[in-house]
Amino acid sequence: MTPPIDYETMKLIWWLLLGVLLIGYAVTDGFDMGVGALLPYVGRTDEERRLVINSVGPVWEGNQVWLVLGIGAIFAAWPAVYGTAFSGFYTAMFFILVPFIIRPVSFVYRSKNPNTSWRNFWDWGLFISGVVPAFMFGLLMGNILQGFPFHFTVDMRAVFGGSFFELFNPFALLAGMISLAMTVQHGAAWLVVKTDGAVQCRSKRLGMLAGLLATALFLFAGLAVWSGWVGGYIIKSGIDPNGPAIPLAKTVIRSAHAWTDNFGKYPLMWIAPLTGVLGLFFAAILVRFGKGKLSLFVSGLGIAGVISTQGLAMFPFILPSSSYPGSSLTVWDSSSSHLTLFIMLIATIIFMPLILIYTSWVYYIIRGKVNLETLLGSKESY
Amino acid sequence: MIESVVDLSRLQFAITALYHFLFVPLTIGLSVLLVIMETVYVMTGRVIWKDMVKFWGVLFGINFAMGVATGITMEFQFGTNWAYFSHYVGDVFGALLAMEGLMAFFLEATFVGLFFFGWDRLSKVGHLFVTAMVALGSNFSALWILIANGWMQNPVGAEFNPETMRMELTDFYAVLFNDIAQAKFVHTVSASYVTGAIFVLAISAFYLRKDRHREFAKRSMTVAASFGLASALSVVLLGDESGYAATEHQRMKLAAIEAEWETHPAPAGFNVFAIPDMEARKNTYEVKVPYVLGLIATRSLSKEVPGIFDLVKGAEANVHRGLRAYGALQELRKNRKDKAAAKIMKEDGKFLGYALLLKKYRPDIENATAKQIEAVTWDTVPNVPVLFWSFRIMVALGMFFILLFGIAFFLAARRTLDKHRIFLWVAFLSLPLPWIAAELGWVVAEYGRQPWIIEGILPTFLGVSNVESSQLIFSIAGFVIFYTALAVVDVYLMTKYIRRGPDSYLGHNTDERAKVVRKLVEPAPQPAE
Repeated sequence: MTPPIDYETMKLIWWLLLGVLLIGYAVTDGFDMGVGALLPYVGRTDEERRLVINSVGPVWEGNQVWLVLGIGAIFAAWPAVYGTAFSGFYTAMFFILVPFIIRPVSFVYRSKNPNTSWRNFWDWGLFISGVVPAFMFGLLMGNILQGFPFHFTVDMRAVFGGSFFELFNPFALLAGMISLAMTVQHGAAWLVVKTDGAVQCRSKRLGMLAGLLATALFLFAGLAVWSGWVGGYIIKSGIDPNGPAIPLAKTVIRSAHAWTDNFGKYPLMWIAPLTGVLGLFFAAILVRFGKGKLSLFVSGLGIAGVISTQGLAMFPFILPSSSYPGSSLTVWDSSSSHLTLFIMLIATIIFMPLILIYTSWVYYIIRGKVNLETLLGSKESY
Repeated sequence: MIESVVDLSRLQFAITALYHFLFVPLTIGLSVLLVIMETVYVMTGRVIWKDMVKFWGVLFGINFAMGVATGITMEFQFGTNWAYFSHYVGDVFGALLAMEGLMAFFLEATFVGLFFFGWDRLSKVGHLFVTAMVALGSNFSALWILIANGWMQNPVGAEFNPETMRMELTDFYAVLFNDIAQAKFVHTVSASYVTGAIFVLAISAFYLRKDRHREFAKRSMTVAASFGLASALSVVLLGDESGYAATEHQRMKLAAIEAEWETHPAPAGFNVFAIPDMEARKNTYEVKVPYVLGLIATRSLSKEVPGIFDLVKGAEANVHRGLRAYGALQELRKNRKDKAAAKIMKEDGKFLGYALLLKKYRPDIENATAKQIEAVTWDTVPNVPVLFWSFRIMVALGMFFILLFGIAFFLAARRTLDKHRIFLWVAFLSLPLPWIAAELGWVVAEYGRQPWIIEGILPTFLGVSNVESSQLIFSIAGFVIFYTALAVVDVYLMTKYIRRGPDSYLGHNTDERAKVVRKLVEPAPQPAE
């Protein structure tokens, strides 16, 4: 069977869907992680902390599935990217994974014992599982933007250079901080929506600080790329967007200004970085003045802008290789087969709207502020 | 490939998969039991049934969190530790995992929050709908992961593409309706229901023995007994073994499970007891029941069940055809348009995996010696004693569950569940058994798949990532530490809530409430069922 949409378009659609899923994860699970990161600072007493935790109590589990689906989609649509990134960043991935093991149990187990040290222990779990993935995902994105050392053998086996500690280079640390700051701001906006009183007050202040920091760091990162301090890659030859996924057929060179070329070629792409900067900045202002829902929406836009900026800057690269640029994985030569992309697209068209409908329904049911009295009266709450 | 990386990767996968599989069957089984209990509540309006949903729901929640926490490890691990596998079969396997996310994980994870937090915000029917969606989601997840696993056991609907050096999907329907996947789904899901039912049965028996929460425990036990009996029958009757005739390696697995070295005239006898010896390639001792194996495995009196020796001979032919394909593949790499090579690839491409088995002995496999080829054919035999005994213990446990549920069902029908202390004791002690059966089932299916990661297509040792042993030792140590700590916490919380029982948790006496409600609803004073 030949799918009715040509291969090149399918690859492009899946590149866009990958972006949608990553943004979906960063925007929904982002505020959960932000809330976890803010927990020790906005919640001073056990009751305050319970308010904070229960604000995301009914939804964090569903939000986390955006990550699960995002990874699943990378595996399905970009199997070489999945295998290369996950095994190439082996130790880093372990440190990202551990918080995701700790987080579900921290949420559920914390409330099951009133003992103070028990609760403090799981609060640490929630804090770590908010901060570490938010930072580490940014760190990896920073490394991906610069390219990391790997190549393929003729059997398509990925071989790596580099070490875990080399991941902590200046630009990657900057990217990690951007990711953490925007996550914290997003979490603060959520808390402004869902709480009141002292918790809300602290969230306003911390949300603004995090938002301004995120804006400044993002601008600085943009400058670093613009100035050519962080270089990019250009495909010289040997790529066929409609051809089979053979990453070794092309030649690639390094170029200091490669990551800004796309914005010159397609000026409309400037919408992404502009949305990023303005979104993060105005979310910071709005959260300060207690405009919870609006700031949540605007910071969501800001996050989408930041992620899109990186995706568009690197296009068509997905994972550039710094040691053997010819082994880089791009949109055109690392996807699944035409048929698989098509079937997965059909499945996405059927199920994604359903997911959005029932997720919205759940948010509708739990709407409103978290109330301490109902919280303390309910045995089910965290 | 460095041997230790392969071994360590397999060890890590086994640890994390077996550990994850401690929580999954209970999640699947309990979710359905919760739907049954809540349906009774919605239909009858009796509050004790709501209390049952809430109490078993708390235990469900503790277990569910562990399932989520350990499940995400699995999704990372295909990429972190099995990168070549991911590249080689991601086109099919990855798609199935993504389907699981789309159809199953979103459903269960989105609704599970409302299951706990929605009692006061939803109508009765609305909440039942939420519970049902959680159950549906967890059952769907079993469906998709078992379709994926079934494909690893019987890779239909895909072809090797010499250009991209990987398996690519050709027929999605064949993948979905793969016989082995379907058999596995029914078998595994029924086994999960049994796990959930034994869990409820055993804990209820514990209460009845202590004479606590009688009404609550009797009702729970009745539900568990009837649901469990149906499920236990389904596990055995619709067992996995029906699928074993489907392919060559599945036949090898069957021969290993039965310690059937030689092909016997049909219908073959069944080894009830045997001491298989891998070195001598025979059973040093065996007790056979005539005819039974032939009947179970082929559902006929006339078909033979091939023995290990004959299957190994078949494997040798496959290795030669695989080498032919491997030679053609090298030609195709030099010249993509080589018609002769493409033709050989078409004929023998599906045996390529058998040639790849030789990579264990030398990189230039086209020069393999006859001795190496013989060694490889014997590599296709999984570990016979482990499979033989894992399978037998699993089946014996399955039979025991039918008996246990049968008695429970009989007693429930006679309303004397609380009268037989020995039965209650046995029921309570049965608590760990379904987990043992489930883990052994994993061993039979996955250890029995060796040496293949994808049967006949990709040897396990080729599937690993290019990582350092030190990285693996670090991550294995990390998993062992975290998982052990979590196991301690999980067991502590489970026993704490079970000991406390439904009354203290729900803040009132469920039995008292049941009596009051019964007086209001029913004219007669008999226990309501």
